[in-house]
Amino acid sequence: MTATLRPEPRSSAAPAPRARRRFRRTRRPVRSWLVGLGLCLGIAVLGIIALGLGDYPLNPAEVLTALAGGGGFDSTVVLEWRLPRITAALVFGTALALSGALFQTLTRNPLGSPDIIGFSTGAYTGVLLATVGIGGVTVADGLIGTSVGALIGGLGTALLVYFLAYRDGVQGFRLIVVGIGVTAALHAVNSWILLRAQTETAMGAAIWGAGSLGLTSWSAVLPAIAIVIAVLPLLLISVRPLRQLELGDDVAASHGVRVEPTRLAILGIGVLLTALVTAATGPIAFVALAAPQIARLLARSPGIPLVNSALMGALVLLGSDIIAQQALAQPIPVGMVTVVLGGGYLAALLAYQARKG
Amino acid sequence: MTAESGTLRRPGRPGIHPHALGRSSTPRTTLALVLGLVVLGLLCLASISIGSRGIGLDTIFSAISGGEVSAADRHAVLGLRVPRTLAAVVVGAALAVAGALMQSLTRNPLAEPGLLGVSAGSAFAVAIAIVGFGITSPLGYIWFALAGAFFATVAVALIGGMSSGKVDPMRMVLAGVALSAVLSGIIGALRIADPRTFGALQVWEAGILAGRGLDVTLTVAPLVLLALIVALPLGKGLNTLALGDELAAALGVSLWKTRVLSILAITILAGGAAAIAGPIAFIGLMVPHAARFFAGADQRWVLLISMIFGPILMLTADILARLIVWPGEMPVGLVSALIGAPVLVLLIRRRKALKL
Repeated sequence: MTATLRPEPRSSAAPAPRARRRFRRTRRPVRSWLVGLGLCLGIAVLGIIALGLGDYPLNPAEVLTALAGGGGFDSTVVLEWRLPRITAALVFGTALALSGALFQTLTRNPLGSPDIIGFSTGAYTGVLLATVGIGGVTVADGLIGTSVGALIGGLGTALLVYFLAYRDGVQGFRLIVVGIGVTAALHAVNSWILLRAQTETAMGAAIWGAGSLGLTSWSAVLPAIAIVIAVLPLLLISVRPLRQLELGDDVAASHGVRVEPTRLAILGIGVLLTALVTAATGPIAFVALAAPQIARLLARSPGIPLVNSALMGALVLLGSDIIAQQALAQPIPVGMVTVVLGGGYLAALLAYQARKG
Repeated sequence: MTAESGTLRRPGRPGIHPHALGRSSTPRTTLALVLGLVVLGLLCLASISIGSRGIGLDTIFSAISGGEVSAADRHAVLGLRVPRTLAAVVVGAALAVAGALMQSLTRNPLAEPGLLGVSAGSAFAVAIAIVGFGITSPLGYIWFALAGAFFATVAVALIGGMSSGKVDPMRMVLAGVALSAVLSGIIGALRIADPRTFGALQVWEAGILAGRGLDVTLTVAPLVLLALIVALPLGKGLNTLALGDELAAALGVSLWKTRVLSILAITILAGGAAAIAGPIAFIGLMVPHAARFFAGADQRWVLLISMIFGPILMLTADILARLIVWPGEMPVGLVSALIGAPVLVLLIRRRKALKL
């Protein structure tokens, strides 16, 4: 449990290398498989519950019948109205968690995550500039404005933070504090744009800014999902250099990894994953931060497990969305639920580490 | 973060025992004080004069002394600009001294009410007051702001591990970030539950000095003054605390008294500032660093100089807020964030001693 705040080379090779080294991969421990299985089960159960919840409640048996396609109106409700949202929650949760896993592995720090580094606020700035604009000049409106604004704003912020934090390489903690600073400045810019905007425009932008899974139809969900899935092969390519960087910059360099370009490329993939989700839903905070660490704690694995992180992300976002839909008299954006849950998680993590000393 | 690591003490004077500095002042601190007071006076005049309608100095003087001026000018000076200037002075001094106390108490160069979530605690309590109790006048929610600041201070201190004695600057900042995140999420949900308060809350949250009547400032000012009077004599105790708890205890300083009084003062100063102006970040971060440039590690002088530099920075930010988008204006909290964020980045880049 080396979840310390200090970046330290992780001694993930702790179990002495055995004779099996021939295959260059260690066997995945049983515990990690069990955790993965449990997470899948949890997702299935929560998914069926979520499919049954709403103004037209269905019990699990009815949901299963409807899923199989046998239930007339029930099938319409489940397959056409509710399944898109739940699929979105699962896929986007996966993408966010993978992005967080990449960031945390690279910064060797449980706090390195795109939301802390200022990505979401930057994406929000981009969207506000594109859709609300300054002095009434808007670049583009609607979905295109939102997507392009989020991508450019987010990527620009990530690059800015990276270069501001760059000094003989990027060290995890500097990256995080620079991110906090840049976030504060962008937050000021965002508030200013919102204050100057017309009330209706500002309300619309503010609702996007809270992060919601309100895309209700397949036609809105499928393109977003397709793009996220298209990015996944890039992730597969980056797994090996990622694991070598995890051992420390020097070790990775001696294995022939070009450290800084590789790091930048992997950060790029992480940013891209978050950017795609953010463009589709608005900023959903803290899933990227919490999911990989919870997965790692459960599996007691030395490094951050990618597959279990992804499953955990899907589970967390789905659960948060259920809370967002059901907890209060009227539905709230899921981003507000994840901010509260994730902030609480962060506080607990810090308090735990402080007590441990 | 101890003084020995060079963070709280200027590198130019290594090895001076801060408690042994029996000096009353040095040329440098005297210069800072005198120059600071002169600049502060000039800025006050500028703040009364500059705005969407410029007002000449002679008009200002005759309006204040009760001479003959037009009703519009009299209203602009006495009704709008003077209260606003006064608010900026009170808020600036409160935030700067709160920041200096926090930095010294937690031995954390990044501590300040905004970053550590104290202002977020005030904002949360004010949101509760507005949404939950229907209180919309600033006079009504002053007490909520103070209570919120107190709970947030205690919460961040506990989460950040101050009770264990070992303080990690980064952890405190992150605890502040976590607390701010949770509270802002809840505020967001409250806002959706009651959109009518959306506008009022949003303006307050951005941090604004315009339109603050004298009544609010005059209600909060005595509290802030009291807290400043409590804070200034704490410098000696804080100097000793910088040597480490054991040594401080051995030198006969009551650790508990210094800590409890400091936290009380921080609460009143940060909460009072938030009640007047909304959450304003970075003033409390920047000013003590500037004060240390002149005063070195001696907290007595750092606190005193912060008290003068704070209003200077606040007035500058407020004047800028009026000039940037003239004839309109920006909330001063946004200006302070835009000035302060680069300073935070610079501090991070420069200081290895931050032990990040």
